[in-house]
Amino acid sequence: MSNVPVNNGRRRFLTAATAVVGGAGVVGVAVPFIGSWNPSARAKAAGAPVEVNVGKIEPGQLIRAEWRGKPVYVVRRTEETVNSLAKHDDQLRDPNSEKAQQPSYATNAYRSIKPEFLVALGVCTHLGCAPTHHGGDFDQFVEGVPNGFFCPCHGSKFDMAGRVFQGVPAPLNLVVPEHSFISEDTLLIGVGEGEA
Amino acid sequence: MLTNFMAWMDKRLPLTDAWNKHLAQYPAPKNFNFWYFFGSLAMLVLVNQIITGVWLTMSYEPSGDGAFASVEYIMRDVDYGWLLRYMHSTGASAFFVVVYLHMMRGLMYGSYQKPRELLWIFGMLIFLVLMAEAFMGYLLPWGNMSYWGAQVIISLFGAIPIIGDDLTLWIRGDYVISGATLNRFFALHVIAMPLVLVILVFLHILALHEVGSNNPEGIEVKKKKGSIKPEDQSKFTFHKQYTEKYDIVDAIPFHPYYSVKDIMGVAGFLIIFCWVMFFAPDGGGYFIEAPNFEPANNLKTPEHIVPVWYFGPFFTFVRIIPDKLFGAITMFSAIIVLFLVPWFDRGVVKSVKYRSKLHLFNLIQFSISFIVLGVLGTMPASPLANNIGIVAAFGYFGFFVALWFYSKNEKCKPVPERISH
Amino acid sequence: MKNLIKAIAFGLVTLVSMSALASSGGANLDHANNDLTDKESLKKGFKTYINYCLGCHQLQYQRYNRTFTDLGIEEADGLENYMYTGEKSGDHITNTMPQKEAAKWFGTAPPDLTLEARLRSPDWIYTYLRSFYMDSERPFGVNNKVFKDVGMPHVLQDLQGVSSIDEHGNVTPAMGGSLTIEEYDVLVRDLTNFLEYVGEPSKLEREGMGVNVLIFLFIFFILSYFLKKEYWKDVH
Repeated sequence: MSNVPVNNGRRRFLTAATAVVGGAGVVGVAVPFIGSWNPSARAKAAGAPVEVNVGKIEPGQLIRAEWRGKPVYVVRRTEETVNSLAKHDDQLRDPNSEKAQQPSYATNAYRSIKPEFLVALGVCTHLGCAPTHHGGDFDQFVEGVPNGFFCPCHGSKFDMAGRVFQGVPAPLNLVVPEHSFISEDTLLIGVGEGEA
Repeated sequence: MLTNFMAWMDKRLPLTDAWNKHLAQYPAPKNFNFWYFFGSLAMLVLVNQIITGVWLTMSYEPSGDGAFASVEYIMRDVDYGWLLRYMHSTGASAFFVVVYLHMMRGLMYGSYQKPRELLWIFGMLIFLVLMAEAFMGYLLPWGNMSYWGAQVIISLFGAIPIIGDDLTLWIRGDYVISGATLNRFFALHVIAMPLVLVILVFLHILALHEVGSNNPEGIEVKKKKGSIKPEDQSKFTFHKQYTEKYDIVDAIPFHPYYSVKDIMGVAGFLIIFCWVMFFAPDGGGYFIEAPNFEPANNLKTPEHIVPVWYFGPFFTFVRIIPDKLFGAITMFSAIIVLFLVPWFDRGVVKSVKYRSKLHLFNLIQFSISFIVLGVLGTMPASPLANNIGIVAAFGYFGFFVALWFYSKNEKCKPVPERISH
Repeated sequence: MKNLIKAIAFGLVTLVSMSALASSGGANLDHANNDLTDKESLKKGFKTYINYCLGCHQLQYQRYNRTFTDLGIEEADGLENYMYTGEKSGDHITNTMPQKEAAKWFGTAPPDLTLEARLRSPDWIYTYLRSFYMDSERPFGVNNKVFKDVGMPHVLQDLQGVSSIDEHGNVTPAMGGSLTIEEYDVLVRDLTNFLEYVGEPSKLEREGMGVNVLIFLFIFFILSYFLKKEYWKDVH
């Protein structure tokens, strides 16, 4: 007799079987510990979809909503702004919104459901600062483009569809969150078209 | 690859040596019985309490305003929060079940006797810290029973002459138990006490492995070097720390023999534990008491204020004695006498198996007295309960007194040299 | 050794029987016999709660949407038929009663009932709501056999009516309510059922998980038993 286990199949089988079943047990025990780190019902309730009344936004005006603790910019673009979006495509990184920064229903020339309303997270895709809206005086940053967003942290620039200009630190267009219109004037941020 | 890594490690840290010394080549008597499961089970429960405790801390809010609601937040809003909480609350009761049985084992087989006095003292310190840990933890849900239970126990310190009132005020940090008390108890419960517990458990095991494990026969397996013929020694390989000083008989390496046995013990224990946790987590009102589903209220005492069951025996001492100071002294004495068992017992024979009928009777009456004290502690006070309690208290302390007298010249059966069977 | 085990077993039996005696304090309660798996009953109980209880008693730890999910109520249905005060579905089930004023009206502020079933037991709730009787000495003209001199009026009086007790303790059954005795008992049972659910919303999940865990542990125990036996062949 020695400390070395007798080398027979039964012993090895039982050791392996107990180890496997025991290992499965450990994985099972880990589930509640891992699961408890998910957002709780309280966090989910606080992060519930937000309704915004867009009826009173003047053309050219921006309002800020808060959804899941982040600023959401809602802008009523003037017809002129909408029409001029395509004019500076050659100065943008991703003019056709090929990168998945928006839901499929907003993957279009305006990056929105209705051309007049831009809904985008006010979070710069560089390092998370909130870009400032420049209505009318944006041409100090980009010649010939009167409206846009300028990030004060590192100088990233976005147009009125939240598309990022070339030659700035931000790599991607602003994120367009899931949103939908529950009535003509009521925007619901957090629930996509056809989801609810 | 692994061999190289272990070689690299062993040059810097005695990993393999420690493994061999404490597990793979640690000589454990071959005759451990059912009672020897509870040491490893206590370790398991300790680990459970620490891990679930850390996780509960992530969602618990230690404040008078938020504590009660945060427990319900854990029970409802946090994914699997109810499970983590029940693991912790059931674990608290399981800890005491296991530790009481572990202590009973020590008394039965004389595991406190020379040379294991210090091992016993460390064990008793663990028990003492565990009681403090449980008491402070019990305040944290901030239910009404938490509140009034803490009120009663803190008031015990008020029995101390002269400084009593100032001491209770200092412990509470307020004129009543309040958020300040809750916060300090929280800090002690989640940081200080667990740290002390872990250190004491480490010392307990270190001391155990120095003197070696006792066994149900109370026969040492480490014999004087050179007294045993090589063919009579244990055939297993043991660490040189043990074999250099002793000839080892009737022992087996802890790993794999007791590790596989303890795994079986763990599985058996978990069946009972999970059965309680999943189907009766409030333990019939003994593990989580009904009045604790009402937030702490400093103006309203629960109708039946009783301690949680594991404090029952000690609480009864306070209740049966109609004097505050003397009651508190008796309660603390009940714990101190346990510390002193190694010196109350003046005998040399360890196991109850070879000791006198009188000792067996004394152990039985002690166990019954302890259980009766525990039951009475969780029952409403009544004159009958008080009288039974006084009898049981005499039984409890009588155990130690009687032991001191009869153990000196006790008529024991001859103890064999070797463990048979 | 054997004697010791026997003695301890005897001790444990004593323990169990004595504590059974100790805990049989509330022997006079009727059995609610409610069933947590009966979602229709829970829904009716929820509805009754909202119509008759919520005005005074909050369920401040329980959220509407959790209740909808657990009871099988569609969100739209819930918003329309179970929520009247314009909260969001993720909100707790609360009311706007000012606590201090309420304490003046009733002598004590109406307690939160989220955990009432765990504090007092479902049987207690079931019996309590069926135990109001006429007592002209009390501010609201009723008293309760289970909760003497309770500050609460008999809110369900238009359903149950009210019973009376003469000076010899003889009870006249409730009269003047819109429900028969049996219908009222069912209504209270549903309400009790709902309150037991709210007391511990994860109870059914807990028990379901428990069965699986025990099956798993049983298999693990058998395996570890054979593993131990196999290794211990070495030990003589």
